[in-house]
Amino acid sequence: MRSVLGDRKTIILLLAPALLFYTAIKVVPIFWSLGLTFFEGNVLRGFTPAGFANFTRLIGDSNFWESLTFSFRYAAVATVLQVSAGYLLALLYVFALKRSSVIVRTICFFPVILPTVAVAQLFKRLFAINPQPGPVNALIEFFGGQSIDWLGDATTAFWVFMIMDVWKSMGFFAVLLFAGLVDIPEELIESARIDGANGLRLVRHMIIPLSLPVLLAAVVFAINSTFKVFDSVIALTNGGPGNDTTPLTLYMFRTTFTYNEYGYGSTLALALTVVAFLITILVFRSSRRDITASGGAKK
Amino acid sequence: MTAATAPVVRRRRRSSRVTPGKIIIWVLTALLIFVMAAPMVWLLISSFKTQNEFLTGGIFDLPAQWQWNNYFEAWVTGNFATNVRNSVIATLPSLFLLLLIGVAAGFVLEVMVWKGRNTTLLLFLAGIMVPGQMLLVPLFISYFRLGLTETYWPFILTYTAMGLPLTVFMMAAYFRSVPREVFEAATIDGASMLRSFWAIGIPMVSNAIVTLGLVQFFSIWNDLLVALTFVTNPDLATIQVGLLNFSGEYGATNYGPLFAAICLNVFGTLIVFLMLSKKIMAGMASGAIKG
Repeated sequence: MRSVLGDRKTIILLLAPALLFYTAIKVVPIFWSLGLTFFEGNVLRGFTPAGFANFTRLIGDSNFWESLTFSFRYAAVATVLQVSAGYLLALLYVFALKRSSVIVRTICFFPVILPTVAVAQLFKRLFAINPQPGPVNALIEFFGGQSIDWLGDATTAFWVFMIMDVWKSMGFFAVLLFAGLVDIPEELIESARIDGANGLRLVRHMIIPLSLPVLLAAVVFAINSTFKVFDSVIALTNGGPGNDTTPLTLYMFRTTFTYNEYGYGSTLALALTVVAFLITILVFRSSRRDITASGGAKK
Repeated sequence: MTAATAPVVRRRRRSSRVTPGKIIIWVLTALLIFVMAAPMVWLLISSFKTQNEFLTGGIFDLPAQWQWNNYFEAWVTGNFATNVRNSVIATLPSLFLLLLIGVAAGFVLEVMVWKGRNTTLLLFLAGIMVPGQMLLVPLFISYFRLGLTETYWPFILTYTAMGLPLTVFMMAAYFRSVPREVFEAATIDGASMLRSFWAIGIPMVSNAIVTLGLVQFFSIWNDLLVALTFVTNPDLATIQVGLLNFSGEYGATNYGPLFAAICLNVFGTLIVFLMLSKKIMAGMASGAIKG
């Protein structure tokens, strides 16, 4: 039986296509891209060795640092907002709506599957000021305020991004966290209630610690996707005004395919990968400490 | 008993009783549904307005006459039909190929016994961490030199490879939940592993395949990065690229057709989702626990 379960021919037949695809289109390009960081040029001009020039340029490139800062700010604020909104929704599903939550759950999940480009096009019109004030500005005017040029200013544009991101993703995080909350044994919560824990204290001392693992998984997921934000930026502001809302992903894309600097583009892609990797490790590390700490406190 | 626990207990006993707590929940839920639905309702109404109505009329007014023509305009003049065709040609073959080779690899990595399978699984897993930008430059150079840019091939090849890590990893997890005895019994009965895979493995994880297929379908269908990088020819633009450049094609933006195009994109996706939502939700929940 061992020999059948370990049949070499079957293994090769079933695994080879995936492995081949994966190696040719993911593994090889990763190393190729690493190699390209030591060159400059593009497909038409050809490539010339550049030594460490790309890296020294990276250190002194203020556009790089600005886009990196924007990516960080975007990831940090969006992660906090998305996960907390999703968590509040999940609490609403589990403890307030209970069985009747299915419809609300489905409605809140709608935007998750929508194409980001379509959502961004929609939000562009919702927050428009020209040629005619969009619904948001119309509401502001209705209450006697002045229309705001939301996308014409870096600060307000940032908040439009945040609103759009929360609107689009909170349903996803709600379902993810919902799965974690449903797993909490009913008796535990019931006994805490009998012991006199009410709403807020129950959430703080029982429910949050018990759902911490899923919560942290959600944070890791949120950081990873928001740090790599690309579609919504291109469709909503295209990085503007100026370069004020340009994340690292878009800066890399522009450098490579608009300015045809493939070597430096690869260097920016490497920086993006390394930073994303470091963030994930950092979150995982601190999360492990948190879980053991709260676990110890309970005992 | 404190005041805050009282409504909870009372609700348990008699669910028809209206309490302040319940009213707050109702108001919050109603507000939530409004915030989620209102933008889409506004989008739908605006898609039936004339340019003049949109520019000078009240923003919340209903159109005087429902302009179905906007949809015709978006579909034909706005190249939307071409974009949909391109998206289908790019998505379906990638999805089929991805699931076929991904499920096979997941089976080999979980059910079959051989040296180095954990290392191979880790190799696939590592791919989840790498952002797409890291692959763009070498892939562009390769496709360019092979003469594949401005064809559908970059879509199919890239989407298949990019979806593999998650597919292989998730399929291995799903196969883990199938009892090993099933495959061992089949082997004793004389089935080859290839036969076990087709006749037992695939049917037993068919629900998981559907779920994963849906997740991958949406991620490929909604992709912009790959679609924007490898193809510049408007005749090959996918639905997302088409929508991104929609306003450009008219010079001055034609709002009715633009909204109609967004509507087609949004409500088309919603219909697919509504037909299959139960499966997505169930799969998401089980995936979250296993992942």
